[in-house]
Amino acid sequence: MTRSPPLPAAARGVIAKDRGALARLITSAERRDPAAASALRALYPRTGHAQIVGITGPLGVGKSSVINGLLHHLRSIGRTVGVVAVDPTSPFTGGSVLGDRVRLERDPSDAGVFIRSMANRGHAGGVALATREVTRLLDAFGFDVVLVETVGSGQADIEVRDIASTSVVVLVPHLGDEVQTLKAGLFEIADVFCVNKADLPGADLAAKDLRELVSLGPGPGGWKPRIVTASAREGQGIPELWNAIGAHERFLDETGVRADAERKQLAAELLALVTEMVEREVSSGLERDPRLRELLDRVARREVDPRSAAELLASRVRGRRAPGR
Amino acid sequence: MEKRASEPPIRVLIAKPGLDGHDRGAKVVARALRDAGMEVIYAGLRQTPEEIVEAAIEEDVDLIGLSILSGAHMALFPRVMTLLKKRKASNIPVFAGGIIPDEDAARLRRLGLKAVFGPGTSLERIVATARGIARRRA
Repeated sequence: MTRSPPLPAAARGVIAKDRGALARLITSAERRDPAAASALRALYPRTGHAQIVGITGPLGVGKSSVINGLLHHLRSIGRTVGVVAVDPTSPFTGGSVLGDRVRLERDPSDAGVFIRSMANRGHAGGVALATREVTRLLDAFGFDVVLVETVGSGQADIEVRDIASTSVVVLVPHLGDEVQTLKAGLFEIADVFCVNKADLPGADLAAKDLRELVSLGPGPGGWKPRIVTASAREGQGIPELWNAIGAHERFLDETGVRADAERKQLAAELLALVTEMVEREVSSGLERDPRLRELLDRVARREVDPRSAAELLASRVRGRRAPGR
Repeated sequence: MEKRASEPPIRVLIAKPGLDGHDRGAKVVARALRDAGMEVIYAGLRQTPEEIVEAAIEEDVDLIGLSILSGAHMALFPRVMTLLKKRKASNIPVFAGGIIPDEDAARLRRLGLKAVFGPGTSLERIVATARGIARRRA
């Protein structure tokens, strides 16, 4: 039993730099397929080398254009790049239109680039359930940098923080007054702010509001977020943006904050995976439980309140799990 | 969430090859496929066959839909089919729509395109065909 098992074929494909194998493995990971789990297990020791950068911000601020700019900048300095771009799934039909590729221009024969669109498949937080695992597959494949583009974020969509080592929040002029910058959530996760569409009037004011926010005091760990203005479609400000990201990465290394941050991310990942496993087991158990329907009828008749009904169901789930294991 | 877990969505790439400035048709089809529960990767205008095939491989799609109005279909579509074969991805089915004369449509079907739709085709028919020809996997 001490002999390590042979590598799954899918994992061998990734190690052999087979782009089709990588793409298929990403599909399996998205489908929560057990084949992906065994490949990820085999590939995990080969990960941890890619720099993972999150690009987030409200819809329409130019996240894809910023990624396009970074992609070209990174290729020009010889770094290979994987891109994971997440867009929302319809809660009504389960369908989606993944349109981020439209903005990403690249030479299709350049093996130093791999772009994958993902639908969030109902997962909240700005990314999909499998996004972290997809970044890990791109990491194992050998990309130097992995750029994660979130769904157009609301104020509370901050899960990219648990995936990326540096998070860039992209904004545009006139998104709100300086009080918006004080609110909790999105503005708190920025290691770098990018004020895009800086050719529009109001960009100076937006940058000034952010400078004031940053001057109120450093965030946890002592990092003072950088502010960069850019006009991504013209390529302006992109090298400066990459420098600001690099400054944060150096800060992580020089202060020893990186190890601590990674540990927090892994803790969040473990918790999320356990929750996913338990949730799947519980919901499949409940779906088969005839008593659920009966209980639901009683709740509908106002005989039992929802919380008491939930507590009853939870105690049954615990009862089922306890004796056998 | 429950219904999606059992049946993973069909992933389809919608692209317009060549120098064509008009993508309303492609957008209408993309939206119909979205509303039918598919994940539509929209590659947009002015795509080369090389870009389309690379995108199909990276996105691991179950289906490729090509839209064209320019008249260059007999130059561009066979190139897509050849490249798919070269990249060992000819198991990805391809369908097309646009301004394509009947005799060309017949030749394209012989080249391996699964369906060729002309103007006036109902969205229901396009969705049903797309669902029928999409690659199925274990």
